[in-house]
Amino acid sequence: MISFKKSEKLEQASVLMETVAENMMRPISRYFDEHEHEIPWDYIQFMHTSQKAMGGAGSLTESAARKKEGPSISFQRLAVTAEMLSWGDVGLWLCTPGGGLGAAAVNATGSAEQKERFLGRFQGDDPVFDAMALTEPHAGSAMPAEVRTTAVRDGDEWVLNGEKIFVTAGHKALVDTKGFVVIWATIDPSAGRAGVRPFVVEAGTPGCSVTKLEHKLGIRASDTASIVLQDCRIPFENILGSPEVAKAEKGFKGAMATFDATRPLVAASALGIARATLEMLKEMLSERGVEIRYGLPRSRMTNIEREIVDMEVMLHSTWLLTMKAMWLADERKTNTIEASMCKVKAGDVVVKITQRAVEIMGPLGFSREFLLEKWFRDAKINDLYEGTGQINRLIVARRILDYTRHELN
Amino acid sequence: MYGFEPSDEQRMLMDAAERYAANQLRAAGREADEAGEFPQELIEKGWELGVLQASVPEAYGGFGERSAVTGALAAEAMAWGDLSGTLAVMAPTSYVMPILLGGTEEQKKALIPPVIEADWKPYVAAFVEPSFDFYEGEMQTTAQAKKGKYLLSGEKAYVPFAEQAPAFLVFTMLDGALRAFNVPSDAPGLSVGEREALLGIHALPTYRLKLDDVTLDEDALIGGEGEFDAGEVIASTQVAIAAMAIGLSTGALDYALPYAKEREVWGVPIAQKQSIAFMLAEMAIEIESNRLLVWEAAWKLDEGDPDAARAAYLALSGAADTAMMVTDRAVQTFGGHGYVREHPVEMWMRNGRGIPVMPGLAMV
Repeated sequence: MISFKKSEKLEQASVLMETVAENMMRPISRYFDEHEHEIPWDYIQFMHTSQKAMGGAGSLTESAARKKEGPSISFQRLAVTAEMLSWGDVGLWLCTPGGGLGAAAVNATGSAEQKERFLGRFQGDDPVFDAMALTEPHAGSAMPAEVRTTAVRDGDEWVLNGEKIFVTAGHKALVDTKGFVVIWATIDPSAGRAGVRPFVVEAGTPGCSVTKLEHKLGIRASDTASIVLQDCRIPFENILGSPEVAKAEKGFKGAMATFDATRPLVAASALGIARATLEMLKEMLSERGVEIRYGLPRSRMTNIEREIVDMEVMLHSTWLLTMKAMWLADERKTNTIEASMCKVKAGDVVVKITQRAVEIMGPLGFSREFLLEKWFRDAKINDLYEGTGQINRLIVARRILDYTRHELN
Repeated sequence: MYGFEPSDEQRMLMDAAERYAANQLRAAGREADEAGEFPQELIEKGWELGVLQASVPEAYGGFGERSAVTGALAAEAMAWGDLSGTLAVMAPTSYVMPILLGGTEEQKKALIPPVIEADWKPYVAAFVEPSFDFYEGEMQTTAQAKKGKYLLSGEKAYVPFAEQAPAFLVFTMLDGALRAFNVPSDAPGLSVGEREALLGIHALPTYRLKLDDVTLDEDALIGGEGEFDAGEVIASTQVAIAAMAIGLSTGALDYALPYAKEREVWGVPIAQKQSIAFMLAEMAIEIESNRLLVWEAAWKLDEGDPDAARAAYLALSGAADTAMMVTDRAVQTFGGHGYVREHPVEMWMRNGRGIPVMPGLAMV
């Protein structure tokens, strides 16, 4: 059945998150942009308390608990939440405790016992963060094939050595709270990507330290950490997936399934910024007497009208594609191509919309008096993290052409 | 709840439309473009799919209920084969749908069955006008009430099959509002001009139509003295054309993909080059996202959503850009071979450019 009706539960999530976005995020948006590396504890505490009260709604870990129920909307709800909170402030959204990308990896690839051990902590009294560490100084998009961080087995332990960079919320996961980081390391450097596995490293583990926090163009409320692993010993059971290289390709593919959930989530977040920008743009124009007339042929439109109509088309079409990707996930159907498609387009769309909004508003758009310039800076990350626009184009192209990564790279 | 899968019933109609598109429209499309028309029996076969008939209730000669979503799915599936052919088959929708949506009970009973219950006959709307900034909200064709009659004057363009049409549904301004009149083809003052020569859709014969004080009885005004929701009619045609734009685009991408894998440059298929592969990926992304925009607009029409008009307008805007982008890139994928009429991509590119001027030619 084709339907575009938002279910009541989605509508409720949307309304609730809008209240949070308006009251808890927008008022502090500028402050945390200008005070990079300060931690928005009030927001974090509030989100932790309210999510706990709602039974952990809004986190990537939730879908695990609900897996056995009937028609699910968990992924769709995640998208709605990400969109709305990013409409509030994307940097702060990235500071939401209770299960992010690391938890998503555990959720996608961990055993029941591992899920219990690692994900249970999100229901505790204190807020907890998690993170995913994949990128290394020498390679980003080529990951995980070119992972150099090693995991060597020593009895009932793994010994990890290497360096990870660009770890979102890495500091919050390892230093500020008792969380964990999922570290991608190779158990057999000669096996290429088949030897790569995710490992859970918990806060407080000796040999694992945060060495640097990046200073960025945008999303400044969110910490982006470098992590060094020096003879870092973790329990054998902290490996996600099979410890055997022979079974590896399957284990590896399972791990990559994480991205089928996280890419639409990033797309949804990007579209939250795009919507915020478009709404503010229209509002600012309206205050200055410019109203958008719909229904006209292009020959009768002003330039601003054409820009706005184009923005609405690209924003909404991408949102529907994102919801389709999440709907497929909820239906337990393959969504790899849709996940990459919406990620590609959302990255493009948010960049275009924010760049044009600053341009259209001229001296006002360029001014830090308004959030438009901030969103312009925040937007760009969406075309970079969770796979650049180019990597995701490759994935889409391989799928539609039925090519392997050896045939098209 | 969101849902992105057609129902079984819709799937069946789509399957039939897809077969027709591939075996009839696509097979004959190129030749028809050169010849300037499709064979009548081929149009007849498309008519027998019953897309329009299934949208009309039994009381007016059909066997179903109007669903813009179903109509859009069928239009998309057919347009994958050929745009001119789809417009030909669906030409009577432009006459029937406004009557179904806004006609009085008497008009529906009198005017719809002769179209629906018979073989394909080009009862068509006369909607578009020959001006660069044509806008349906401010048509130049006018109707005036005079002594219990209406007098219509103006000039229409892009009227399909006007030479054969038994009757037209002429859209005009009446007291500042957009209205439609049923005009028999033998009405005095009505004249069919020369066949138009267009950039694309060569297989669809279209004509200018001149109205010089065409005098009509009161009952020719669709909807009579009552309300006539022109916005719904406009949204309906925007969705129909947008759906065809998506079908056209999908056809072009599907045609370009195998060629890109076959054609080699420096010993490897061009599809293995990112410059081509990325182009194709972007085409697929634009099609997929804009398709959903069209489906949603159709769904909003069916739901009676107050936002349907805006949604349909935006959907057409997105689908028209998609059609131009995708068909242009399909030609680009073929390089010089795409410019040669041996392949259909140049034809699709010409047809793609025409999408924004086609509202009025079909409805769902």
